[in-house]
Amino acid sequence: MDNKELIAQGQQMMRICNSCRYCEGLCAVWRSMEYRREFAEGDLNYLANLCHDCSECYFACQYAPPHEWEINPPLTFARFRTYSYEKYAWPKPIASAFRANGLVVSLVTALALIGVVFGIVQVRGQGVMWKAVEGGNFYEIVSHNALVALFGVVGVLSVAVLAVGVGRFIKDINEKLSELLSPATLKMTLKETLALEYLDGGGWGCSYPDEKSSPVRRWLHHFTFYGFLLCLAATTVGFIYDFVFGWQAPYEYLSLPVVLGTLGGIGLLVGPGGLLFFKYRRNREITDENHSGMDSSFLVLLLLASVSGLLLLLLRETSALGILFAIHLGLVMSLFLTAPYSKFVHGVYRFLAIAKYALERKRTQATGG
Amino acid sequence: MTWEQTENYDVLVIGGGCAALSAAITAREKGARVLVLEVAPKCSRAGNSRHTRNMRLAHETTFPPYTGAYPEEEMWENYLKATGGVGDLDLARKVVSGSSTVLEWMMDHGVRFQPAIAGTLHLGRTNAWFLGGGKAMMNSLYRSAEDLGVDIRYEAEVVDLDIRERRFHQATVLQGGTERIGVAATAVIAAAGGFQSNLTWMKEVWGPPADNFLIRGAPHDTGTVLKILLDKGVEAVGDPTQAHMVPIDARSPKVDGGIVTRLDCVTLGIVVNKSGKRFYDEGEDFWPMRYAIWGRLVAQQDDQIAYAFIDSKTIDKFMPSVFPALSGQTIAEVAEQFNLPVDVVTATVDDYNTAVQPGEFDHTVLDGCKTKDLDPPKSHWAQRIDEPPFYGYPLRPGVTFTYFGVKVNQHAAVIMEGAEPATNIFAAGEIMSGNILPKGYIGGIGLVIGNVFGRTAGEQAAAYVKTIQQAA
Ligand SMILES: Cc1cc2nc3c(=O)[nH]c(=O)nc-3n(C[C@H](O)[C@H](O)[C@H](O)COP(=O)(O)OP(=O)(O)OC[C@H]3O[C@@H](n4cnc5c(N)ncnc54)[C@H](O)[C@@H]3O)c2cc1C
Repeated sequence: MDNKELIAQGQQMMRICNSCRYCEGLCAVWRSMEYRREFAEGDLNYLANLCHDCSECYFACQYAPPHEWEINPPLTFARFRTYSYEKYAWPKPIASAFRANGLVVSLVTALALIGVVFGIVQVRGQGVMWKAVEGGNFYEIVSHNALVALFGVVGVLSVAVLAVGVGRFIKDINEKLSELLSPATLKMTLKETLALEYLDGGGWGCSYPDEKSSPVRRWLHHFTFYGFLLCLAATTVGFIYDFVFGWQAPYEYLSLPVVLGTLGGIGLLVGPGGLLFFKYRRNREITDENHSGMDSSFLVLLLLASVSGLLLLLLRETSALGILFAIHLGLVMSLFLTAPYSKFVHGVYRFLAIAKYALERKRTQATGG
Repeated sequence: MTWEQTENYDVLVIGGGCAALSAAITAREKGARVLVLEVAPKCSRAGNSRHTRNMRLAHETTFPPYTGAYPEEEMWENYLKATGGVGDLDLARKVVSGSSTVLEWMMDHGVRFQPAIAGTLHLGRTNAWFLGGGKAMMNSLYRSAEDLGVDIRYEAEVVDLDIRERRFHQATVLQGGTERIGVAATAVIAAAGGFQSNLTWMKEVWGPPADNFLIRGAPHDTGTVLKILLDKGVEAVGDPTQAHMVPIDARSPKVDGGIVTRLDCVTLGIVVNKSGKRFYDEGEDFWPMRYAIWGRLVAQQDDQIAYAFIDSKTIDKFMPSVFPALSGQTIAEVAEQFNLPVDVVTATVDDYNTAVQPGEFDHTVLDGCKTKDLDPPKSHWAQRIDEPPFYGYPLRPGVTFTYFGVKVNQHAAVIMEGAEPATNIFAAGEIMSGNILPKGYIGGIGLVIGNVFGRTAGEQAAAYVKTIQQAA
């Protein structure tokens, strides 16, 4: 399907949905739809990014296939998300990575792994890979400064590319960053995002993995998101320990960075593991193959990063330290590298879409609409 | 075709909508072994019920999802006013007073509710709205039935019933369109809807105009079971030409267009027929009080078509509809796209504009905006149609359901010719709604009839099964 066709299909769908409105109680998408009578491309991209892919609406829809109108919001919105991710990504030649995302992310990961292993061997010699190090000190494998430099550069690049995407998205949906992130809006948005308020089908959970409503998906997403956040916190605390206090890694098992990292790692086992497990039990009709590859590759990468990190922690005093460290590093590097071109971006756009919905509500209250 | 071995159940329920599932669940909860036969495949199950959105339920107190109390007597008055009180008032009373028990029953069986949806005709007080609409409601009932151990078979069309001496013996079922199966049961409940999707039958009743009717609901409601029952000596009720009919967008699908094809702009502008002339007071009363009348009005016009015209003042003053309006900078431009006599339409609009009296327009009340010396008049919401762009929508009659059905008593037992009730044959839902609604309708009562009579039918059928088992 080309873009024109996709947009026409989205407009047709929203026209039907907006005349029906039966799904209004299910989530923000349908309430936000009601603020409009016409649907420009930017509106469709916005609504698609506001959609949490719970699919309650699909199973509730009297116009779902085999009805001749073939209304399928989860599938249509998934296509719009892929389309919009590519549209906002910079630079253009790399943006098309969203089209065969599973493949691209896997390739980058493989390259990152090879690169890291090769780099270490080049610098430190082969022996370092299979050598036990006193106390599991991984700086023996890659020096502290090299690590900071490597992740500093990749991190800054990724954030810069993501920022371009944010700018384009905001323009597309006709908003200003200053308004989206104004304190009152931010407060509302954070609350709704962190609680995943719109992933609960109006209070009863979403159709997951089959047509029955359940809270499982929301929980798995919580495990994933908060697991990720805990890992990020662990790294940050480690950084502060090092730079501010001069306390060098590796840290004790019961130290703050290790506890945070372990909890986060468990979250990233349960969350992505569960999401992957149920992914293939989900109803085929609502799955966009393209989007599905993007989901899976991101989940697999998170899962592997977590597994390798936890193994590293367990086996850091053995001769597996070198190779485990190299693998973990390669995987995390790939997560950073692919962030602007992987499913990672959904978090950024979803957050901004929720902020826009908060703004819209405030505006209609103001005009009494 | 093959003829398989006959199966045996306590209670056989024919149909897969709200009435059928209410009956099946109740009979099962009373201990009967129940089989549901639904002609549609699973993905298209639940007949007209999947198109619904709310139920009108009497309730004494204000509590969510309602915005206020709606006493039984008020609902009774509404019912009498809408129907003229010509239905079977005992049965109607049973529905109105039974309505207060429906919400709890539905919630106990997994159905979820929400406040009234945006732009919906002020029904938040009187009607309880389904979260996600009628299909979501039906999904919950199906799940509840399955959990209770009701057997459900899809693509199973009842094509014959063996009824002798007021007693049902066995149904003939066409499974998957090819295989013939006999299903015997101690009792049967017919809940297979009206006949509105049977275009041949509709034409027999209405003549050639029926060709131009659109059917808003499910294609599977063809009245097969209704016809069989009538052929086997069950007494009919109501008039076959009575149907709930509303004006819908003429571009809608022939069947199954559902709720989105409605057009709520009639009261905001004017409506002309094929000759370009107005034919009825568009502003007589609030739209929810008049839309059923307009369905029949359009059906009486040449070629069963009419055209609504509005201008840019009002294009966003009604619920959005599924097809975009045709538009133009002049009335003539719009009329031309409909192949209407341009001069006549222009003259009609001019005459109307001249007749419009000054007034304060307010669509939420019966305002003072009306016409003077115009035939037919427009008595409210009359504003000049003079601000381009102009818009037009084509209208056709959209049939919601037919009222013609089988006669039943308080116990939902069908009445045989000669006024005796059948021994083990019950009916619920649209197939018997003509007892209560020989004409006229109040929004949200269809499902209530289905649930109240469905539950009664389920109870009575299960009780009958018990007496037979005890006798044996
Ligand atoms: C667009 C629309 C909106 C509506 N909105 C509302 C509303 O909001 N509130 C309200 O109260 N009412 C509403 N109605 C009316 C409401 O749909 C009906 O009154 C109600 O659903 C009737 O329920 P039922 O179970 O009797 O019939 P149906 O739901 O029509 O069920 C009949 C069932 O019988 C099956 N069947 C038919 N023939 C056979 C056969 N030979 N063998 C086996 N199975 C068979 C059909 O497949 C179907 O499953 C609406 C109707 C329409 C069309």
